[in-house]
Amino acid sequence: MNKKTFIAAAAVVFSAASVFAQGKLNVMTTTEDLASIAREVGGDRVAVEAMARGYQDPHFVEAKPSFILKLQRADLLVAVGRELEIGWLPPLIQQSRNGKIQPGAAGYLDASLGATILEIPTGNITRAMGDVHPLGNPHYWMDPENGKRIGKELADKFLELRPGDRAVFEKQLASFTSRLDEAEKRWLAMMAPYKGTKMITYHRSFPNFAERFGLDIIGYVEPRPGIPPTPQHTLDLINEMKRQNIKLVLVEPYFDLKTPQAIGRDTGAQVLVMPPSVGGLKDVPDYFKLFDYDIALLIDAIKKSGAK
Amino acid sequence: MRPMRLVCASIMAAALAIPSTASAQDAAQTLRQEIDQLRHDFDALKQQYGERLTVLETKLAAAEGTLAPPPARAPAAPATAAVPEGAAGAGGPAGALPVYGSAVSGAKVFNPDMAVIGDFLGAAGRNTVAGTPALEMHESEASFQAVVDPYARADFFISFGEQGVNLEEGFLTLTELPGGLLTKVGKMRAAFGKVNTLHNHVLPWTDRPLVIQNLVGGEDGIDDAGISVARLIPNPWLFLEATGQVFRGDSGESLFTSSERGDLSYVGHLRGYQDLSESTNLDLGLSYSRGHNPSGIVDGTDVGRFTTQLYGLDATLRWRPLQRSIYHSFVGRSEWMWSRREQFNGLQSGTGGYLSGDYQFARRWFAGVRYDRSNHADDASLMDTGGSVVLTYWPSEFSQVRGQYRRTSYATGATANELLFQFQFAIGAHGAHPF
Repeated sequence: MNKKTFIAAAAVVFSAASVFAQGKLNVMTTTEDLASIAREVGGDRVAVEAMARGYQDPHFVEAKPSFILKLQRADLLVAVGRELEIGWLPPLIQQSRNGKIQPGAAGYLDASLGATILEIPTGNITRAMGDVHPLGNPHYWMDPENGKRIGKELADKFLELRPGDRAVFEKQLASFTSRLDEAEKRWLAMMAPYKGTKMITYHRSFPNFAERFGLDIIGYVEPRPGIPPTPQHTLDLINEMKRQNIKLVLVEPYFDLKTPQAIGRDTGAQVLVMPPSVGGLKDVPDYFKLFDYDIALLIDAIKKSGAK
Repeated sequence: MRPMRLVCASIMAAALAIPSTASAQDAAQTLRQEIDQLRHDFDALKQQYGERLTVLETKLAAAEGTLAPPPARAPAAPATAAVPEGAAGAGGPAGALPVYGSAVSGAKVFNPDMAVIGDFLGAAGRNTVAGTPALEMHESEASFQAVVDPYARADFFISFGEQGVNLEEGFLTLTELPGGLLTKVGKMRAAFGKVNTLHNHVLPWTDRPLVIQNLVGGEDGIDDAGISVARLIPNPWLFLEATGQVFRGDSGESLFTSSERGDLSYVGHLRGYQDLSESTNLDLGLSYSRGHNPSGIVDGTDVGRFTTQLYGLDATLRWRPLQRSIYHSFVGRSEWMWSRREQFNGLQSGTGGYLSGDYQFARRWFAGVRYDRSNHADDASLMDTGGSVVLTYWPSEFSQVRGQYRRTSYATGATANELLFQFQFAIGAHGAHPF
């Protein structure tokens, strides 16, 4: 075989291989937030499915074998990281029999690597502080700036795995980023009059959201992360809310409303079921709608309560 | 090249400064001395610069290495030792060397995830047949888990009783073999049914069901050194996994005993799983095991060459509403086993099983019941029965307190009414939640 025919043969083989590789990238994400951003950035070149539902506590997802089947077929697994999924994702990855998505392989992406992470504990941490995340608060997607960073990470990963679709991914990312920029300006303008509003949340799910939109979270219904409310803590919280005249309690859709409602009755505060995730309620099917919904809900409640 | 230039200039300056009145020999002598001096200075300068450059490069590399994920605070610079005198001149390393084993050595990041789970058991009431101590630090299980290399991971579970130490499990898992095979090599709990695969700390009871005690080798069950291969069977309907395992043939006190190298024991398991809805799922299993039993051993020689065959059937129904998943859940489980044990007095065909239900009625509270019955493996005419009610409280994810009332009617005629209680606590790495 002379050199030319060899090159021609190689070209045929490679183009055939690249035709096979041009199928949709099969992406599994751990949460619906990541899935929504992956759909924005991947467009029609990716097939995306999330494991946890948005109305489910993402710390406590069951490691069902049906997820193993889905992971076995995945080209890419995208995790929130910061140990959010530590209780359920590792055994699923191990049993997936899929070398592509093992941590460290090209098909595993920790979406937190480019994001701004808050509440990274310093000094000695112990479980006396509750179920603390030593790598920082994993609810970082609740800031549109981090949304853009996650989008960039995803686009880079898609490019790496499907270099042939570069044009598509670059265009999709540019579109996602500019639409998010515009939306963020709108959200910031809407929230501007309510800067510094004080509130309580159930779990520490909203620090990034609060920082971006200038809210002041002064306490939590949980005495410590992952520890259910205790009477003494609830009493202290009520007294503090009365002292500071706090009129808002935000509760993630997967927590029990009994204690928050008791707090609401005692302090006159409004209890809002506020989704921290896409899919947390029917009205939040994607990443844009998540902020639309949460911000409208907050503004409406602040106006009603006259809280400041 | 600035130092080089500097040196050349000084050489020339030195040459010019030689007084012309001195004799030619003296001048040459002085020149040679000065050149030697300069050469020495130059070498010293070179070495000094080299050392500073190495230090800078090390610092730069360290800084680049730690920058990737934003750390809480910059780690302290690695401890270093000076290069011994003379080593540099011998062509050895220059500057600072990392000290191995120092407190902040980078190698520490490769340490496995470590955890210890304590299991404290107490018992009150009377049991003349199978009594357990009033108070006992039943087990302290240490786990070490890490990725070995891009192809495998390793898991070790070492259980410390009050007296001895036992390697409960220690195995290598090859995560990406061709053909979708999940392969484990080492000592492991065999895939016979459900309870046999579970460690004590994930059981919903303080004890193990009677059928495990009577037919499947006691508390440790089938737990042996061997090789396990599991493969998913592709089909459009459900999750189907077939597992085949080969063990040395030593399990339990009287279940399997290997007298020869060929006395291997085998376990086969077929698991089917299907989501019935997003909150409900069904898990079914069929198991088979075969090995040599010790009943034919007389004076240390296996004259009988008897075998035991075990058949198992397990079913688990789980319910957990997703939106209230941390508050309510239910697990209903049943396992039935058949033992065919060859003995001098003929084949003993025993059967046994349990039926249990556990309901989580609040975030920290679980209530459960269990019904037990089982023949004895070595005498199928004997039947033990029992029942339990269990209440569990979880202060946090990392500790639990459990009380169990157990009534057992033994085939010998004795009846035991016992109150068992347990404290369980975990420290260290966050393990996976049981499923």
